[in-house]
Amino acid sequence: MKNDLEEIEIQLLLEGIYQYYGFDFRNYARSSLHRRIRKILADENLPYISDLQARILHDPACLQRFLLGITVNVTSMFRDPSFFLAFRQRVVPLLRTYPYVRIWHAGCSQGQEVYSMAILLQEEGIYDRCRIYATDANETVLKQAENAIYPLELMQQYTQLYLQAGGKQSFSEYYTAAYGNAILRHSLKQNIIFSQHNLATDRSFNEFHVILCRNVLIYFNADLQKHVHYLFHESLCMLGILALGRQESLRLSPFQSHYEPIANREKIYRRLH
Amino acid sequence: MPQLIVIGTSLGGLTALPVLLQTLSPALSTPIAIVQHRHRDSRSGLLDFLQPYTTLSLREVEDKDPIQPRTIYLAPADYHLLVESHQFALSIDEPVSFARPSIDVLFETAAESFGKEAIGVILTGANQDGAQGAATLKAQGGTVIIQDPTTAESPIMPAAVQANTSVDWVLPLTQIGSCLNHLCLATRKSRSS
Ligand SMILES: C[S@@+](CC[C@H](N)C(=O)[O-])C[C@H]1O[C@@H](n2cnc3c(N)ncnc32)[C@H](O)[C@@H]1O
Repeated sequence: MKNDLEEIEIQLLLEGIYQYYGFDFRNYARSSLHRRIRKILADENLPYISDLQARILHDPACLQRFLLGITVNVTSMFRDPSFFLAFRQRVVPLLRTYPYVRIWHAGCSQGQEVYSMAILLQEEGIYDRCRIYATDANETVLKQAENAIYPLELMQQYTQLYLQAGGKQSFSEYYTAAYGNAILRHSLKQNIIFSQHNLATDRSFNEFHVILCRNVLIYFNADLQKHVHYLFHESLCMLGILALGRQESLRLSPFQSHYEPIANREKIYRRLH
Repeated sequence: MPQLIVIGTSLGGLTALPVLLQTLSPALSTPIAIVQHRHRDSRSGLLDFLQPYTTLSLREVEDKDPIQPRTIYLAPADYHLLVESHQFALSIDEPVSFARPSIDVLFETAAESFGKEAIGVILTGANQDGAQGAATLKAQGGTVIIQDPTTAESPIMPAAVQANTSVDWVLPLTQIGSCLNHLCLATRKSRSS
């Protein structure tokens, strides 16, 4: 019956964090959440989740560690290169017809996905017309995203992915190496606005031509996914593009029938009504 | 009665899995989830490769897929596969013992959701992923079957399981399928009679 007790403790913990700090993890997918909480418990060297609850509620520094530990922030430039290739081939031609394009990256993590998009749009010659809103619930990763500085050793892998994604230049043109880091070219940041936004608790803040939300919904349960799909539907203009992660779909969206796939395998959809 | 069979393999798995799938009874309705380590770039190649060897339906898992009978589920490349009571969940969490998908993650979450109603199978492999997960599965009352390391293309993975878990069955590859048929079909018969 240990597991039932653990489930009760986790519910109390999440409820406490929500009531006191306003961060809402109550509808996150349980399996991954449990694993992360157990990891935090071990890192904090505490025996019970109830102890963790006390520490988080009384020590804001512990909350910060919890916030970093509870969400998965793993990301990459040009993750799933075939997605970016499809975006280049199928979506960019549509975007060319707009005088002005607003793009929302929801759950942008440390920013690699956003800069990949900026590179793509620059190479296609439409970046000047685009404004990218990059949001994440986590302040720490958002700061890293704004810095645009990544470990140099990742660049070799990113270069491979960039080429598979249909990159047209030499990838090394996009960064300067310094002290083991790669600093991304400043011009990439030009049209990006970074801000904190929580998909579970914050509202729609603009109308977009493109919304990308990849590998974020997998961490939510069916109810929260439904809620986020309402938010996206509300925030996407008619004929706007919605892009999800490779293993995600519109199956749990109440608006499934409002979209048509334009690159089904890559999970790129267009809003019809 | 077993609710889920989880299978883990790495090096040699592409030779072993076809043999195993071909020896499964077409009447087997227990859902199966497989982690085969592979390169992150390989997309649905594994599904196309394995399809000819089974009449059961084969599917690469998408987020929150319900776990259904008569279906074999494959962990997608570059995602961890987790069992979440009667559905699957995915994560791009850091690799666990250098692997994503990780066999440990699948086995541990299967143990949590199904305990003694889960069966874990470890086939040929050249690393120790799965050793931890199999131990957890066993501790929660599940059944653990390994491919006999002396007959495995790469013995390291099943041997690592054997080293820290008292496994239920050590079998040559060709007999694992019939063991699963027996465990899943026999219990059903005895229940209904
Ligand atoms: C695995 S990363 C995905 C990064 C990127 N989109 C990709 O596919 O590589 C998931 C991100 O979702 C963010 N996230 C989790 N819960 C969120 C929420 N409620 N609102 C907004 N972002 C959230 C996390 O902070 C994390 O940065």
